[in-house]
Amino acid sequence: MTTTTGRTPQPSQDALAAIEQPLSKAALPRWAPWGVLAAAVVVALAVLLPGGTSVAAVAVLAGLLHLLLIGVVSRVKEGGRKAADRLVTALVTMAFLIAMVPLVSVVWTVVSRGAARFDATFFTYSMQGIVGEGGGGLHAIWGTVIVTLLATVISVPIGLMTAVYLVEYGGKSALSRAITFLVDVMTGIPSIVAGLFVVALFALLVGPRPRIALMGAIALSVLMIPVVVRSTEEMLKLVPNDLREAAYALGVPKWRTIVKVVLRTSLSGIATGVTLAVARVAGETAPLLLTVGLATRTNFDPLVGQIATLPVFAYYQYTQPGVPAQAGVDRAWTAALVLIILVMALNLVARLISRYFSPKGGR
Amino acid sequence: MAKLIDVSDLNIYYGSFLAVEDVSMTIEPRAVTALIGPSGCGKSTFLRSLNRMHEVIPDARVEGKVVMDGQDLYDKDVDPVSVRQHIGMVFQRPNPFPTMSIYDNVAAGVRLNAKRMRKKDMDDLVESSLRGANLWNEVKDRLDKPGMGLSGGQQQRLCIARAIAIRPSVLLMDEPCSALDPISTLAVEDLIAELKNEYTIVIVTHNMQQAARVSDQTGFFNLAAIGKPGRLIELDSTSTIFSNPSQKATEDYISGRFG
Amino acid sequence: MSTPTRAPERDPGRGSIATGAKRPGDGIFRGTATAAGTLILLTLAAVAAFLMWQSLPAFTTDDEIPRGSLTAYIGPLLFGTVLAAVIALVVATPVAVGIGLFISHFAPRRAAQGLGYLVDLLAAVPSIVYGIWGAVVLSQAMLPIYGWLADNLGFIPLFAGPASASGRTIFTAGLVLAVMVLPIITALARDIFLQTPRLHEEAALALGATRWEMIRYAVLPYARSGVVSAAMLGLGRALGETMAVALVLSVSNVVTFNLISNTNPGTIAANIALQFPEAAGVETNVLIASGLALFVITFLVNFAARWIVARSGVKA
Ligand SMILES: Nc1ncnc2c1ncn2[C@@H]1O[C@H](COP(=O)(O)OP(=O)(O)OP(=O)(O)O)[C@@H](O)[C@H]1O
Ligand SMILES: [Mg+2]
Repeated sequence: MTTTTGRTPQPSQDALAAIEQPLSKAALPRWAPWGVLAAAVVVALAVLLPGGTSVAAVAVLAGLLHLLLIGVVSRVKEGGRKAADRLVTALVTMAFLIAMVPLVSVVWTVVSRGAARFDATFFTYSMQGIVGEGGGGLHAIWGTVIVTLLATVISVPIGLMTAVYLVEYGGKSALSRAITFLVDVMTGIPSIVAGLFVVALFALLVGPRPRIALMGAIALSVLMIPVVVRSTEEMLKLVPNDLREAAYALGVPKWRTIVKVVLRTSLSGIATGVTLAVARVAGETAPLLLTVGLATRTNFDPLVGQIATLPVFAYYQYTQPGVPAQAGVDRAWTAALVLIILVMALNLVARLISRYFSPKGGR
Repeated sequence: MAKLIDVSDLNIYYGSFLAVEDVSMTIEPRAVTALIGPSGCGKSTFLRSLNRMHEVIPDARVEGKVVMDGQDLYDKDVDPVSVRQHIGMVFQRPNPFPTMSIYDNVAAGVRLNAKRMRKKDMDDLVESSLRGANLWNEVKDRLDKPGMGLSGGQQQRLCIARAIAIRPSVLLMDEPCSALDPISTLAVEDLIAELKNEYTIVIVTHNMQQAARVSDQTGFFNLAAIGKPGRLIELDSTSTIFSNPSQKATEDYISGRFG
Repeated sequence: MSTPTRAPERDPGRGSIATGAKRPGDGIFRGTATAAGTLILLTLAAVAAFLMWQSLPAFTTDDEIPRGSLTAYIGPLLFGTVLAAVIALVVATPVAVGIGLFISHFAPRRAAQGLGYLVDLLAAVPSIVYGIWGAVVLSQAMLPIYGWLADNLGFIPLFAGPASASGRTIFTAGLVLAVMVLPIITALARDIFLQTPRLHEEAALALGATRWEMIRYAVLPYARSGVVSAAMLGLGRALGETMAVALVLSVSNVVTFNLISNTNPGTIAANIALQFPEAAGVETNVLIASGLALFVITFLVNFAARWIVARSGVKA
């Protein structure tokens, strides 16, 4: 409220008319967007069918028509502001649907093409002595399990303790700020660079070009550690300070408080984060291509000899399928399918952990 | 065994900020000492410096002496963790461990320190502590249920049981009833009256009636001005403080005539 | 030591307060935690150091470097890397912002979380799978579009054509990268949109704004810098992505803005993946030098993204 003396500026009649809003305006019925969509699809079909067409073309045309129609109809019936609102609603919904296209396409492609060799042989045979048809990916499955497990064994203690340092000990010290910054940097390291690093490291340690599972595991750890640190850090920060103080007040030393109260309380969150981190690196190809190579038989020794992993196996089966080519390509698709199943299962497990194992009855 | 605490010339800092200045007082054994005063005058800070919880906060430090049993708690080679095993603490908000059952919460002080104890002894300890906290009858049938599942008042008594399960000599309570309803408050007050037979109790409260009801002696803290450190204005028997205080500020505060 | 272990029936009195006793546990644990943190510092220093050390021979060698000189080798790759990533970003960012808004403000409340998971699933597909999918499915699906673009928009240099017959162009590679960074940008954008202070939103609605007006005046201004940095993080990811590009692109190492022909620039990461397994001698060092260049670029991009976030104070 202005209480100045003299003339108070008055809004013009036009402005007042624009502000004035009747309580109920002409509005399109609730089903209007669906009706318009149906009309758009019908028109698109009518236009495209005569010349022979694809689902994609109809969808694209129908989408564009829908945008156009809903905009025009709403503008006429409801006015410009409401029309803009409807247009944006349609646009963002389409953005979501667009994102579903590759997802559905990828899953459909991999499942349908991977099904051919998704058989008992694939899960019981390696490629030892196999030329042409037959053979399987058992050695690659074992390889992926071994390399990923090793990477987890390396990353989790380091990542966990780093997060503990940052949250419980570091405070605002220079070291803790440097670590926080570098963990961010590390999150962005391209996976192929992590592979190159390990190659360069082992070139120094044991001479040129060894390829062993341990190298792959170290490369994956470089990618995994920052993810573990970040997610664990978030979880530790969520533990209320009350609980730490409750433990201290019982005469519990700090380290026991951290292990038995702080880490225990955030366990399910940490497990979720670690599982997601595992899922992230289990599908990595590039660093493994450089560091572990490929083998045709199962290799259980992480320190000696090349080892097959699912992604690298899929890569070589696809790019160098041999004769007949179809056999190799089929194996590649099945390896891809197994890999997708593995990664999605890990994601699912992560969600389940966080749903069912987090402490109950929070405040 | 309840013990006497002798505080002399205590200055308490957060970093360079002097929060509480120059406190000297004697806390009597087998008695309840209440600390009252306006918000921000340093009651909690003072209380937490009695069992060296203060220094858990980064950069927080203390000058002066707190002597219990002839031992200065701030002596260089005193282990703060051990101090806290002798001086228990109950917080303003009930804070049971969310991952633990009722039983485990009471056993926490023993378990978290990895002390071995026979099952039978542990059962006895849990039962006697819960009885001591007047909670046994309410929870004896669901000891394996989560401690977070109790009502706020029950949770607070669980925290008291947890604190007395390590058999401290002194019990510090920082506004233990402020999150509780009147009936739970009464339960805790009754409990305090019983506990003082065995423990030295120091309680911070904003509730004047509560201080009058439960305490034997009362200390009044005040700030000279905003931004100045808090000080102990006077300490006397509760009846004297409430009927005939020697300081004007105390009288003003108690009678509600407080700026 | 105190004896809290004593059975309750006994006298609750105990020994006196421990003095002089050191607690090794605390020191050891703290030391371990500090060591773990320091190890990360060392690792990152090691990554930089080893890459430099191993790429040094590429600068000093007298041997033949592939394609003449280091700049002539890395230059076109660098161009291709940036080009593919930019295509990915141009395609992915608007879609990601749309999805973010859809999930945060438009989708029915109860469905929103589930729809969010669906988008997250895109991030769960391994890059090798995207690579093969891009090479086999997407490139085929793009053929008619490339043909149409070359015929009708050929006057624009980007679509000069002639249209690739395999569909394995830098544009296809960029699209695959767009799909891969989409969930990353979406997740960040969605979180930022959800953080818009409720108060601002309600203030806008209380003034009679439509949902779109509320988003335009309350949500977007608040989220702008967060979205920019989300896009930059996506860019960092797209720059370093390897297998998808390696499998999709048919490379001829040229510098061209023609997006739909079958002569395409390669990218650093894909080039390393393709060449390294068979490389020998100084070629190895040249490849590592290109990896170093990639490391530096992604570092700068990520650094800029974090800096924007830190400056704007939005928690991403
Ligand atoms: N962690 C901390 N860091 C810095 N200063 C603090 C901290 N905790 C308390 N203070 C300051 O110390 C002074 C005393 O605070 P304290 O919490 O002891 O007051 P109080 O008497 O318990 O108040 P209340 O009755 O509101 O609980 C206040 O000025 C407060 O701002
Ligand atoms: Mg207080």
